Amino acid sequence: MERIPILKMGQLLLVTIQVDMHDQLALTLQEDLTERISLTGAKGVLIDISSLEVVDSFIGRMLANIAGMARVLDAETVVVGMQPAVAITLVELGLSLPGVRTALNVERGMAFLHGAVDHRLGGPADDHRAE
Amino acid sequence: MIIERNEELEVRTSTDVARVRQVVRAWSVEVGFSLVDQTKMVTAASELARNTLEHGGGGTATVLLLAEPGRRGVRLVCRDEGPGIADVATALRDGYSTGTGLGLGLGGARRLVNEFAIESQKGAGTTVTITRWK
Repeated sequence: MERIPILKMGQLLLVTIQVDMHDQLALTLQEDLTERISLTGAKGVLIDISSLEVVDSFIGRMLANIAGMARVLDAETVVVGMQPAVAITLVELGLSLPGVRTALNVERGMAFLHGAVDHRLGGPADDHRAE
Repeated sequence: MIIERNEELEVRTSTDVARVRQVVRAWSVEVGFSLVDQTKMVTAASELARNTLEHGGGGTATVLLLAEPGRRGVRLVCRDEGPGIADVATALRDGYSTGTGLGLGLGGARRLVNEFAIESQKGAGTTVTITRWK
């Protein structure tokens, strides 16, 4: 069965979506990710959508669902790398991804997640920042 | 108006919806749409093809390459023989949904294109036509 790979890096899970995602693939990713968060106790999820040429209401809802489910499982989600044309289209479509944290690129997304994880552990927020 | 080309695609699975996106993308590139305009047309196509699948129980999506003096465009006609829409005006409103979606599909798709038409009767299926011109 076709699947999008999920990489584990320390306390974080990383996903890069590089295919035109059909709906079933998106649903599989949603299930796989929540399972991996629960299995690994990951504290953060980074989803790179820089290769995605279309984010319609279904994919938007999937991103919001993942962020919501991760939150319930005590993990933060950040969606990074949205193409400008996709951002323009999303907003015109009426979708502003409420509840989904976004960052311009992977570097900033990682910095946010490291900050969020450190904050939760009660440590200094800046120790592991990428920037 | 001249129809330069047309292709009818079956919409029976979510892979078919992805195929509709691919054809609309390829033809939008051919007509010379900017990247933003391509993205808008493909996104609108994706919403409508999914509606055909989920609400219409499957159907067809026909992509047309149009030419008029001074301009070319891409049209998509999504047709199903599903339950139809009882109240089209309400279905076009943001936030209205009979399914599990966000209710942005129809109204959102309308905002992304130049021309939008819908024909539907309860029990007799739905046909939605969108066109974007270069």
